[in-house]
Amino acid sequence: MRFIFKTDYAQDINLAKHGGHVFWYSVLMVFLLAAPWLLTEYSLAQLNLVLIYAIAGLGLMLLAGFTGQFSLGHAAFLGVGAYTQAYLTGVGLPFLLSLGISGFLSALIGIVVGLPALRLKGIYLGMATLSFGFIIEEVFARWESVTGGNAGKSVAAIKMFGHDIGGGEGFYFVCLVITVACTLGILNLLRSPTGRAFVAIRDSEISAQSMGIHLAYYKTLSFSISAALAGFAGALYAHNLRFISPDQFNLLQSIDLLLMIVIGGLGSVHGVFLGAIFLIILPQGISAMKEFLPEFIGQAPGLKNVIYGTVLIAFVLFEPLGLYGRWLKVRTYLQMFPFYRKGMFKRQKSFQKSDRLK
Amino acid sequence: MQFLQLVISGVAQGCIYGLIALGFVLIYKATETVSFAQGELMMLGAFGGLVAMTMLGFPYWLAVIAVLLAMVAFGVLLERLVIRPILGQPAFSIVMLTIGIGYVARGLITMIPGIGTDTNALPVPYKDEILKFGGNEMGIGALVLNVEHLVIIGATGILCALLFALFRYSKLGIAMQAASQNQLAAYYMGIPVQRLNGIAWGLAAAVAAIAGLLLAPITFVHANMGFIGLKAFPAAVVGGFGSLPGAIVGGLVIGMVESLAGFYLPDGFKDTAAYVVVLIMLMVKPNGLFGEKLRKKV
Repeated sequence: MRFIFKTDYAQDINLAKHGGHVFWYSVLMVFLLAAPWLLTEYSLAQLNLVLIYAIAGLGLMLLAGFTGQFSLGHAAFLGVGAYTQAYLTGVGLPFLLSLGISGFLSALIGIVVGLPALRLKGIYLGMATLSFGFIIEEVFARWESVTGGNAGKSVAAIKMFGHDIGGGEGFYFVCLVITVACTLGILNLLRSPTGRAFVAIRDSEISAQSMGIHLAYYKTLSFSISAALAGFAGALYAHNLRFISPDQFNLLQSIDLLLMIVIGGLGSVHGVFLGAIFLIILPQGISAMKEFLPEFIGQAPGLKNVIYGTVLIAFVLFEPLGLYGRWLKVRTYLQMFPFYRKGMFKRQKSFQKSDRLK
Repeated sequence: MQFLQLVISGVAQGCIYGLIALGFVLIYKATETVSFAQGELMMLGAFGGLVAMTMLGFPYWLAVIAVLLAMVAFGVLLERLVIRPILGQPAFSIVMLTIGIGYVARGLITMIPGIGTDTNALPVPYKDEILKFGGNEMGIGALVLNVEHLVIIGATGILCALLFALFRYSKLGIAMQAASQNQLAAYYMGIPVQRLNGIAWGLAAAVAAIAGLLLAPITFVHANMGFIGLKAFPAAVVGGFGSLPGAIVGGLVIGMVESLAGFYLPDGFKDTAAYVVVLIMLMVKPNGLFGEKLRKKV
């Protein structure tokens, strides 16, 4: 076990707590940079999807995991980003500029949703975002001159500085750079006063307010940053699939995003990536598993839903900290090896406090 | 006449929304959590009715009673097995949990060979019967009523009266009211709060099953019919989450708005009308029409 003696305030907020962190993240970075030469084309495409979902997940994690405002309509922001990108690159704008505009437009819409949501919390906020998601989905389907309606819209490959980047390695590096930038941005945001204000709001709105935190400002800010990240992810998503249609941005997609951050571990940036990996691997695991199952189960159409649901239920019941929490427990066990006691992470049972009085 | 016609079909549809919303409210009041699986419970009820009537050959009334008993048992079991272990956790985890339950229910139903992936018609005795009022000899301008719609409206009325009586006059209902106001205080007064939570889930499942049995003749019985539950959220919000009469009133409002929007407004407004209404409601009066007013505490 490693003991870190803090002698300096800056040590409290260092991104890398000790040399081990630096080492392992460098190894990860080297692997990611070498990935196009190490992986097959197919796994590289999957890694791309993981990165794209991770960007959207970072946004939702900031909102749900760190500010405590959950959104059931996040796929709508993804869609806004995707359609803006598709439209602008279709018109002929360069990639980076349209990416910026996609994020900005999503953020603006995030503010528009966030403002009325200021008075709401808990399930009411969920309802508002859910309704917003449905309405936006309908807009995508009806505004045919821009979105192509239900028939969908094809998206051009990325062009940067006059070169066609296309799919494969070039696109992977674009995604990687944007993901790393977003992750560092979120990590830095979280250790800044703004990030602490978010966490304070999550833990208790009223206490945060009494400490002088401007609730409306920070909640709206959180909504807009979260929407902007989802917009970036949507823009990349559009380029990745090269074809978008309204049903890619429906409630099930929003729930997928929530599922991702819950399974990854609410309230941790690591959790976003673990959740994204899990979300991409799960369908493939299911199809790989089908061959070993008896035919009447393996070929049944509802199998995927059942497994999704069971996984979700199991995580909420047995591992509310998600995959990251599981890793923390394993790590603690190894560090404390002979002295680990059962029940160190046990939750306390209680009668719940009424939300209505909170 | 046209208008009246639209209003009546809207009211019938609204009753379904209201019944599902009633389930939300029962659970919300008792356990302070929101169940996203309510639509799926309705779907299970409808499938239960289908199995009882077509496979087991029960007559209509027997099938209804059998389904209700089964769903009450299912609701109680659900509460005991998955909901109770995470009581006291943030509302968010229960939302995710019930979404998971919904996924599993939908998947399991689709996995049933034969009926799971089909759309099935529920053979009710009053199917396709029509009542006509007024109009000339050719039947033009007449008020045409589906018996199915009338049955929905009537059954909802009876159910509401029963629930009202339960909460007003029975010991059980009064205990449930007490527990919903303050669980800890109710527990100190000797009210078995946990058992009441189970009963609330059972009751909500039964109400959902009734909604499913009533809805089935209008639409069809299929695995995705539970998505209609998403329209019941607006109903619950408009009425005020946590008010039983509010749920029904909210359902009626949503049903009528939807029916009228579908006729008078351009294409596409029908599906989103409910959500537009709920957004306006949340902006104007976040607690809903019958919402409770409570003061904040740290």
